[in-house]
Amino acid sequence: MILFSLLEALQAMAANRLRTLLTAMGIMIGVAAVVLMVSIGEGTQKQVTDSIKSMGANMLVVRSGSHSHGGVRGGAGGVQSLTEQDAHAIALLPGALLAAPMVQSGVQVVYGPNNWGTTAIGTTADYLQIRNWELASGRDFSDSEMQSGMRVAMIGQDVASELFGRDDPVGRMMRIQQSPFRIIGLLSIKGQSLDGRSQDDAILVPLRTAQRQLFGSRFQGSVSFIMVQAVDDAAMTPLQRNIGLLLRQRHHLADKADDDFSVTNMAEVTETASQITGMLSILLGAIASISLFVGGIGIMNIMIVSVTERTREIGIRMALGARRSDIMLQFLMESVIITVAGGVVGIFAGIGLSLLASEMFGIWAVITPMPIVLAFFVSMAVGVFFGLYPARKAALMRPIDALRYQG
Amino acid sequence: MNAVVTLHGLYKDYETDAGPVPALRYLDLSIEAGEFVAIMGPSGSGKSTLMNLLGCLDVATSGEYLLNGRDVGGLSQNELAEVRSSVIGFVFQGFNLLPRASLATNVALPLVYQRVERRARRERAAAILQQVGLGDRLDSLPPRISGGQQQRVAIARALVTNPRLILADEPTGNLDSVTGREIMTLFQRINRDSGISIILVTHDLNVAHYATRLVYLVDGTIQYDGAVAEFHEPAPELP
Repeated sequence: MILFSLLEALQAMAANRLRTLLTAMGIMIGVAAVVLMVSIGEGTQKQVTDSIKSMGANMLVVRSGSHSHGGVRGGAGGVQSLTEQDAHAIALLPGALLAAPMVQSGVQVVYGPNNWGTTAIGTTADYLQIRNWELASGRDFSDSEMQSGMRVAMIGQDVASELFGRDDPVGRMMRIQQSPFRIIGLLSIKGQSLDGRSQDDAILVPLRTAQRQLFGSRFQGSVSFIMVQAVDDAAMTPLQRNIGLLLRQRHHLADKADDDFSVTNMAEVTETASQITGMLSILLGAIASISLFVGGIGIMNIMIVSVTERTREIGIRMALGARRSDIMLQFLMESVIITVAGGVVGIFAGIGLSLLASEMFGIWAVITPMPIVLAFFVSMAVGVFFGLYPARKAALMRPIDALRYQG
Repeated sequence: MNAVVTLHGLYKDYETDAGPVPALRYLDLSIEAGEFVAIMGPSGSGKSTLMNLLGCLDVATSGEYLLNGRDVGGLSQNELAEVRSSVIGFVFQGFNLLPRASLATNVALPLVYQRVERRARRERAAAILQQVGLGDRLDSLPPRISGGQQQRVAIARALVTNPRLILADEPTGNLDSVTGREIMTLFQRINRDSGISIILVTHDLNVAHYATRLVYLVDGTIQYDGAVAEFHEPAPELP
C-alpha cells in the first residue's frame, strides 16, 4: 500500500511538473537557508571559541590604569604605573601560576628591501606559556638574553612571511627601528584574536631589551600590562581580588584613592562573547526557519488546490472501496515527497552556499552533520504538518459529493 | 434467503433552507441474486438517490437496507468502504477512469483497496480485460481509446473484485446507439454467465429492455414493478 501510494504520488507529481518543482523550491530555499545560517552561526561560534582558546586559559590581565591628578583623570594606560617587580609579586600570590610583564608598541621592521609595520612586545619567557603559544622553529629567550637585554627576537608567522617569504627566518638578522636584531625563534600560527586582529602580526623581544633599546625613553622601567595565569578556573575570582589588594599596597595608594590599574578577568569577557555568538546563531536559525515555514505554507496551498482539483478522482476511489485512511495516505505521501525532495536538494544547496561563503567572503561557516540531519527530518515534518490539513480535507469528503463534483 | 438487495420502508429526505424535502418515501423492494433490473422514472423521481443508497455512497434517513443479507444502516464510513469494495461494482455514465493510469492499472485499482498483492492485481486485471475484449490494450491510457472501449474498461473494473452486484448509472448515456447496444449486450452476457445481479438506471426504455425486470419510480415511490415487456411508459404529465 505504501509502495503503491508512493508510485501514485510520483505519477501525480509528474503530471504537474512545474507546480511540483516550484513548491519543492520553496522548501529547498528554506532548508538551504537553515543549513547556511546554522553553519555560519556555528562557524562564528567556533571562531570565538578558537580565539578564546588561543588567548590562553584562566587568564587575568592587569593594565596600568588611569591616574587622577588634581581632578583630571587620564584614560586606562595613561600612566605606566606597573613595574616588572609588580609582576614578580603577583606570581607569588596564592592561586597564581605565572605572571608575565609586557610592554608593547608599534615598530617598523626591516629585512633587506622589505619592511613591515608591526607590534613589538617586550616580555619574559613566561608569556608564551601563559598564551599557550608554541614555537614553530628556533628557541625561546635564554636567561642571559633576558638578564642583559640582548637584541634577539621571536617573530610571528605574518611578520615572517612579509619579510622572508617562504625562507626560514631563524638565525637571520633584521632591523627593528634602527637596531639590528637576531631572530632566534619562529612562533606557530595563532589566528585571529577576539577583536579580529591577527595575533601572528607581532614580534617578541626580551622585556629589558624593549625597555632600554626600543621604547627606552617612554617606559622607564615600567610595563603596560601584566598577564597572569591562575592555577585553575576556581582561583580566578579570589586571585583577581588579591591582585587588587596587593597592587594598592605596593603602589602606596591612600584608602580613598582610585586604583591606578585595572584587572580584567578574561573568562568573563569570553563568556560574554560566546553568549553573544550563541544569540547570533539562534537569531540566524530563527530567520532561516521563517523561510522554511513560508515554504511549508506553499505546500499547504498547493495541496489544497490539488485536493480540490481531484475531488472527482477522490469520489471514484471512494466508490471503488478506498477508505479514508487510503485517501489520506495518498495526499500525505505527495506532500512528504515534495518536502523531502526539496529538503535533500536544499541541504546540498546549503552546503554549497556555506562553502562558497567561506571561500569568497571569508565568512566562517562550519558544516556539522547535526543541522543537516535535523534539516532533513524537519523538512519531512513540514511535509506531514502542512500536508495533514489538505489530506484530511480529502479524506473527509462524502463520496456522493465528491462524485457529483464538476471540476 | 437469496436476495441481494432488500429494502424495508426506506426513507430519505434532503435538508434544504425550506425544510426537509423527501426524495424516497418508504420504499419496499427485493432483488434476487442473478436478476437484471432497470430503474426508470422522470427527473426528480428519486432514481439517483436510490442508486446512491444502494451503492452505500449515502445513508438513508430511516428504513432498513439489507445488502447481501447484511444490514448496512449505521455502518461507519470505513465499514461502508469495505462493503463497497467487496460486494458492489460501479459503472458510471462518464466512465470515471483515471486518465493518467494505464487500463490495467485502472482495472486493478479496486484490488489495491482490497490489499491484493501487486502481481496478482496485474494478472487479474489482464484476465478481466481479456473478457471484455481489450486484452491487447493493457498499457494504453484511457484518453487514447474510444468511449465504448472506455466503458468496457469501466465494466472490467467493476467486475475485477468479483462483486455480487453491479450498479450501472446511465452506462450508455455518453455513447452512440450502436456502441450502447454493444455495452448492453455485454451487461446481458455478464449477468447470464456469472450470475451477478445488475441494477441499471436509465431514462431510455430501449436500454431498459435489456433487463428482465423494471422498477418505475415517481415522486419517490414505486409505481410499477414487473416484467419489462409488459411496461408501457406513461406520457409525461403536463404541468
